[in-house]
Amino acid sequence: MLAIETTNLTKDYPVGFWRKRPKRVLEGLSIQVEKGEVFGLLGPNGAGKSTTLKILLHLVFPSSGTARILGKELHDVSAHERIGFLPENPYFYDNLTAEEFLNYAGALFSLPAAERRSRTGRLLEQVGLTGSRNLQVRKFSKGMVQRLGIAQALINDPELVFLDEPMSGLDPLGRREVRDLILGLKEQGKTVFFSTHILSDAEMLCDRVAILNLGRMQGCGELKEMLAMGIASTEIVIESPRQELLDELKSYGGDSVRTGDRVRVEIPKESDVPAVLGRILQAGARIVSVNPVKISLEDYFLAQVAKDSRESGGKESRAQLTGGR
Amino acid sequence: MNRIIPIAFHTFKEAVRDKVLYNLIIFALLMFGCAILFSSISVGIEEIIVIDLGLSSISVFGLIMAIFIGIGLVSKEIERRTIFHILSKPVRRFEFIIGKYLGLVFTLFVNTIIMTVGFYIALFYQTRRLDAGDLAPLATIYFILLQLAIVVALAIFFSCISTPIMTAVFTFCVFVIGHLLSEMRWLGEATHSAVVKKVTAVLYYLLPNLSDFDFITRTAHGEKISGALILSDSLYALLYVTVLISASILIFEEREFR
Amino acid sequence: MSYNTPSISHGFSSRRICWALLIVGFAFLYAVQRQVDDELGVYAKISDVLYIPAGTNLRRLSLGNEGLLADIYWTRVVQYFGRSHMENAGGRFDLLAPLLRITTDLDPQLIIAYRFGGVFLMEPPPIGAGQPEAALQLIRRGIVANPDYWRLWEDLGFVYYWDLKDYKTAAKIFKVGSERPGADFWMKSLAGTVAAKGGDIQTSRLLWSEIYRHADTDAIRRTAEVHLTLLDALEQMKRLDSLLALYRIKEGHQAQSFYDLYASGFLRGLPRDPTGVPYVIGPDGQAQLGQGSNLKILLAQ
Repeated sequence: MLAIETTNLTKDYPVGFWRKRPKRVLEGLSIQVEKGEVFGLLGPNGAGKSTTLKILLHLVFPSSGTARILGKELHDVSAHERIGFLPENPYFYDNLTAEEFLNYAGALFSLPAAERRSRTGRLLEQVGLTGSRNLQVRKFSKGMVQRLGIAQALINDPELVFLDEPMSGLDPLGRREVRDLILGLKEQGKTVFFSTHILSDAEMLCDRVAILNLGRMQGCGELKEMLAMGIASTEIVIESPRQELLDELKSYGGDSVRTGDRVRVEIPKESDVPAVLGRILQAGARIVSVNPVKISLEDYFLAQVAKDSRESGGKESRAQLTGGR
Repeated sequence: MNRIIPIAFHTFKEAVRDKVLYNLIIFALLMFGCAILFSSISVGIEEIIVIDLGLSSISVFGLIMAIFIGIGLVSKEIERRTIFHILSKPVRRFEFIIGKYLGLVFTLFVNTIIMTVGFYIALFYQTRRLDAGDLAPLATIYFILLQLAIVVALAIFFSCISTPIMTAVFTFCVFVIGHLLSEMRWLGEATHSAVVKKVTAVLYYLLPNLSDFDFITRTAHGEKISGALILSDSLYALLYVTVLISASILIFEEREFR
Repeated sequence: MSYNTPSISHGFSSRRICWALLIVGFAFLYAVQRQVDDELGVYAKISDVLYIPAGTNLRRLSLGNEGLLADIYWTRVVQYFGRSHMENAGGRFDLLAPLLRITTDLDPQLIIAYRFGGVFLMEPPPIGAGQPEAALQLIRRGIVANPDYWRLWEDLGFVYYWDLKDYKTAAKIFKVGSERPGADFWMKSLAGTVAAKGGDIQTSRLLWSEIYRHADTDAIRRTAEVHLTLLDALEQMKRLDSLLALYRIKEGHQAQSFYDLYASGFLRGLPRDPTGVPYVIGPDGQAQLGQGSNLKILLAQ
């Protein structure tokens, strides 16, 4: 059984005051998430990641298409017994203490009191909030709130965990803790589905990713495959080359950067590299290193977005790249 | 069904710790002190005024609390999306609405009890005696509670369809109109336009008739509320609350949370 | 707002129940409201009968707290009255009638307002406003709102008796009042006496004593006291007049001063009025209040 399965998920929002024209924020999303994998939903702000999550959690209803979570239809609330959810920028009840809040969360799963107590204690320890268990949430820092959010997402020992931008607002230490936590969940055999616009996190954690932009999926698959789209370029570092050599190498395209008496030259086409190396050796310059530069997820991503903007006329995606929320 | 209790309980807990609540209660208790002061400068109506001011305080502060807590605990919760983590758990939407309502009503109930105690202390201080006749205000306070129960249901209903501020405005407006319904109908009957007559009659039965529950002045003059009226008004309140909550659930079920 | 929501299928049972509750609920509400209207009829809103603009609007705005507002207004009445009194004998009471009207609009059952207004709207300055018509209007409204409170009939009749000196009407009113439940027995005989004899000191004394005994405020009590004192003085003067007549018959000429009566043994001492000021003999040969007597002001009615 798949953990998550969507088929042609589409969502339109009515926009405008009088003549409500629908705005399509998600189109034909079809993904499949296996049990036990860490799946990342990537995309710039406004790509439709949050919408996807909310549809899966039945907070928003799809305009067309279907989906299943742990084999159950979206409207079947019993599926929620075995999932956990950390919303983006979570906000909890000011006047309850951390312990009371987790107790509440547990009660919503109809866990018996003794069970709630023991799990609350364990989870608070796991997220490092034991010392603040009797503190009112009102007094928590953002990082503490995030950690409390993770705790409440795990109170029912879920099979499937949804995280919406789990790293947002955390300092580097906090982010490392969350990353470790996600990996820990994976070790326990849980499925993790999280959305983010921070690509380095996805690179480190995800087995598979789906990339969303402007509501449409751009690509989906194992990171390894997507990153092995090819070697972007080859970087050759030369020591003290003569200017004539550099001018000649310019014809192969690519930039050169001088640092002290070393120059780094980038050759875009892989097939040119042997010829270039030959020329350098002929010129008598010393080669310090030759390195293939792999395309990073970021580059892939930017390329996709650029392709989209070329196709759709440019304005929207550029705004997304430069703007943000 | 069994999620309703934890939701109600924690709504109560959250409300009870709200600073606004404490300030209001202290203010209300101060009002009782004022009642005693007031009565000393008011000639001939000492006991009347303690009852009038005391019961009016319970009513007014109860109303303010009902609107404020209702907004804070439902409308704001929807606006701030804190309900995300509730609805992502196996909680049905109607359980959320009913649980919230019960929690809010219970909060108001507890506050009213506190204020009732303060009221009787003030009354005893003023009249130096407490006999069976002094139990009459309890029925009046019960009626105030019934009113508040309707107001809270209104607050929840409006929370489902608008922002916190508009919820406050709408709830307050319906509260005011609810007190003027008898007057409106009487005026409607007095006009010559059949349309106006019909409209005022329809509104009279459609909107909550809160003046059904106004007994403060009569209680101050020693009148008792008949058992039949207590029964009828209780039934009215129960029915109206049921209508409002049902409507709220219907709307809430269709609501999306972006 | 719905966009082909599959939720329709899942919320199936709860939605049906909610719609059912909505429709059935409103149907029953209609019936219950009518029932409540019937029962509230017992406590009929008197304000509908006394449709007087200003106070009624205020009553509408008070949203169920009209009793409290009435109390506040009543306090204003008392303060206003006290203040006007203190601003020397030329105090003005222009606002008394309007204030009392608003107070009783807000709370038609605030009896004390009617009784207070009855006395002090009637009494001429410097004691009161000197507006007997306003007093009558106020008390009449009080009677409409509180038909079983017989003392208001007493107050109404009293205005006709004391201020307007309309003894026929006063007698009629006293008679009606005496038939109200719980009326004191003397009301009946009072009606007869006034019808027969008109105004006399005994009747006046009886009425002012009643007012004194059942006064709700110190102000009323004091005023009643003053009037009773004046009645005492009037009775004394009557007796002195009889003595003066006897002296004339016995001695053959008018007495010059009360000293003459003392000298010839008619009086055991020089007569003084209840405030301690000696009586004098006026130009008409009758007893009169002395120069410095405070009661002189009251007498000038």
